[in-house]
Amino acid sequence: MRIEITGLVCRYGTTPAISGVDLTIADGEFVALLGPSGSGKTTLLRAMAGLEIPEAGGLAFDGADALALPPNRRGVGFVFQHYALFKHMTVADNIAFGLSIRPRARRPDQAAIAAKVDELLELVQLPGLGRRYPQQLSGGQRQRVALARALAIEPQLLLLDEPFGALDTQVRTELRLWLKDLHRRLGVTSVFVTHDQEEAMELADRIVVMRAGRIEQIGTPAEVYAAPASPFVYGFLGQANQIGCTIAAGVARAGAVVLADGLDLPDGPATAWFRPYQIDVAPDGPALDGDLIDLSAIGARVKGTLSHEGRLVTLELSDRTSLVVGPCRWRPREVRIYPAA
Amino acid sequence: MTRRVLPGLPGTLGLTLFYLTAMVLLPLAALVIRATGIGFGGFAAQIGSPRVLAAFRASFGIAFLAAWVDTLLGLLVAWVLVRYRFPGRRLLDALVDLPIALPTAVAGIALTELYAETGWFGAPLAALGIHVAFTPLGIGVALAFVGLPFVVRAVEPVLADLDRDVEEAAATLGASSWQIFRRVILPPLWPALLTGFTLAFGRGIGEYGSVIFIAGNMPGISEIVPLLIVVKLEQYDTVGACVLGSLMLLASFAIMLTINALQSWSQRRLGN
Amino acid sequence: MATSLQAAGFARRGLIALAFLLLLVFLVAPLVLVFTRAFGDGLAAPIAALREPDALAAIRLTLLVAAIAVPLNLVFGLAASWAIAKFRFAGRSLLITLIDLPLSVSPVVSGLVYVLVFGAQGLLGPWFTAHGIKIVFAVPGIVLASVFVTLPFVARELIPLMEAQGRLEEEAALTLGANGWQTFWRITLPNVRWGLLYGVLLCNARAMGEFGAVSVVSGHIRGMTNTMPLHIEVLYNEYNLPAAFTVAALLALLALVTLAAKSLLEWHLADEPSTSNR
Repeated sequence: MRIEITGLVCRYGTTPAISGVDLTIADGEFVALLGPSGSGKTTLLRAMAGLEIPEAGGLAFDGADALALPPNRRGVGFVFQHYALFKHMTVADNIAFGLSIRPRARRPDQAAIAAKVDELLELVQLPGLGRRYPQQLSGGQRQRVALARALAIEPQLLLLDEPFGALDTQVRTELRLWLKDLHRRLGVTSVFVTHDQEEAMELADRIVVMRAGRIEQIGTPAEVYAAPASPFVYGFLGQANQIGCTIAAGVARAGAVVLADGLDLPDGPATAWFRPYQIDVAPDGPALDGDLIDLSAIGARVKGTLSHEGRLVTLELSDRTSLVVGPCRWRPREVRIYPAA
Repeated sequence: MTRRVLPGLPGTLGLTLFYLTAMVLLPLAALVIRATGIGFGGFAAQIGSPRVLAAFRASFGIAFLAAWVDTLLGLLVAWVLVRYRFPGRRLLDALVDLPIALPTAVAGIALTELYAETGWFGAPLAALGIHVAFTPLGIGVALAFVGLPFVVRAVEPVLADLDRDVEEAAATLGASSWQIFRRVILPPLWPALLTGFTLAFGRGIGEYGSVIFIAGNMPGISEIVPLLIVVKLEQYDTVGACVLGSLMLLASFAIMLTINALQSWSQRRLGN
Repeated sequence: MATSLQAAGFARRGLIALAFLLLLVFLVAPLVLVFTRAFGDGLAAPIAALREPDALAAIRLTLLVAAIAVPLNLVFGLAASWAIAKFRFAGRSLLITLIDLPLSVSPVVSGLVYVLVFGAQGLLGPWFTAHGIKIVFAVPGIVLASVFVTLPFVARELIPLMEAQGRLEEEAALTLGANGWQTFWRITLPNVRWGLLYGVLLCNARAMGEFGAVSVVSGHIRGMTNTMPLHIEVLYNEYNLPAAFTVAALLALLALVTLAAKSLLEWHLADEPSTSNR
């Protein structure tokens, strides 16, 4: 199903949760809404399901207006962050719920529902657990029951709110791969919310980075990582360092070091952003002065901190030859330049 | 959000408001309207009568003392229920609610027979020269009986939430058991104790069924305000009943406000 | 160290014993007395006392009052708790205070207000009298006063429970296609069933046991407007103590059943591994 969101605005009382979001999602796409807490990503997801009612804007499913439909008629599968499984029902009853409450005319018979439940339990790799209660399952198992319950109504759109947020690291990694594979097999348009950039990179076809109720950038994981549209996105996608620099005639310099050239940016002060592994220490040619204040080996890699003009810069190198704590010369290898705000 | 996702608010809220208005607000408004129609002079004449004054003294004074007794006993029971695990704890816990579950008329005649001079407790007490039934002391026993659960149930959750580490910390700093109780345990319990006290007091001033049998109901000595309202109604003195009823209603409101204030004080103090 | 531990042990045992003694003397003794007086001389007298027409009439009236007051306040409690616990709106806490109001008003005042509305000189009384409907000093007045005093019980149990459950399960049901009724019957109600049962039990116990409010509006007509608690008073004042304690024992039994059910429910709630999904 193709989703079109135009100019969507949602408020809680007087505080805006989303202020003007435009987004188009293609049929069968797997999209991540990535952002810190309070960025409006969960509100956007809930608005798609009809659980929040927007103040303005449009939402269309395959070209048809969806805002007019209440949540129980949107046919959207929603997986809640803490699963929201029905505690008083068995796993099988949870999964069967969406089918068993249909009006008689559209309701499959008991046997068909039971068969569907078995099929879904097989799909989420929990065969034989239908008679347990949610409390008797582990977090990862509950997560998969929640997914099976959402899939039972054969939704055209699957929404997942922090699907792995409440799980420990190992289960999370396993489930991630499994979910990616499941999406490939089912092909249902899916949107998930996460604050973990690694999760978004690994799973999504496209990432939507959100901040303070607005979309900051939309792109494939590679695009977003290689060319963050703003310092915020750059900082959110991984550990980042920044130093001041000056742009003159399209060339960014910090002291004697040319950081980047051929820039299409106005002259004046700017900020250069770079990752810890994009640093050369004691390079040939022009360099910056710094003071290496800490060094520690983590396996084969070396992490360090240097102080440069009152700012701390983290660095990560693959070998520690020639590194000693004390004054040093260094230079960022690759940078992204953003004009000063 | 002007529209709501979960359905049913207009219907359920409408029903709630209608029912509350019909069952609670209108009848109470009738009392207030009647009372305001009486005027200040009428009020003063009623309240000025020695019988009414004595009834208020009896009701409020005895309820106050009974609530104090409940606070001490309730703290003891709550402490034992929260801090100790012992066989019969569940039974003890269930028994605490007995005065709430037992119909007041049943409690009334049972307490009367128990504390009458021929009763199980009344006889030995009479031998010591203590007369309970048909005296103000009897009213106190009945009010303490009905009020006890309120203190226990108010103190229990707060006591259970107290951080035991703090007591251990006080002990490592050299505090004695009594000092720990006085200076570490009691201060955070004050709001709950006061809430329990106020609830027991509020229940006490309005109590009727469990008191009238044991009270003796001597005007000026052991006649309580609720009984005087009934007496005035039976004598077709509606104005008198209205004056007393509206004063009792006022007291109920004051007690509710006090409890709300105590609760917000406690929340601020305990930081949740 | 050993001595201080021993001292603590003594204190502990002493306090437990004191608490038991206190509750036995203070709370349990009246209960024991009721049953001793009722059944102390065998079962023949109590059975005869309950077969007496006035006693039977009082039992019937008490059952009738509970049969009207409990369902009314059950429906009210469900509606009020749904509105208050699942939504946020202005005046919400005032509404909770209003619901609690009947608990803090003296039972006698609760009866008095109905006399003032429906009595001979009351606001609506003359109109009802003109239409031949007797409310005060008749069964309708008793029912109204009982509804008033038992109004908070179901709502008070349900509101905190529904609030603690949150709205997530209801939202999940909605996304799966359930409508409002289906969500309420199949998700909300099963989740609060034990609290609901307890609220109904409390409401019923109070409806059957209420004395003060009912006493004011009843008019005390034997065999007509006397409920069981009022009948106890009549018998007691006639010095028919065995009969009074027999009826009292019946009501005390109801109280014991209510307490036992409460303990069982609390047990049940504590045993459920978790009341939330988190």
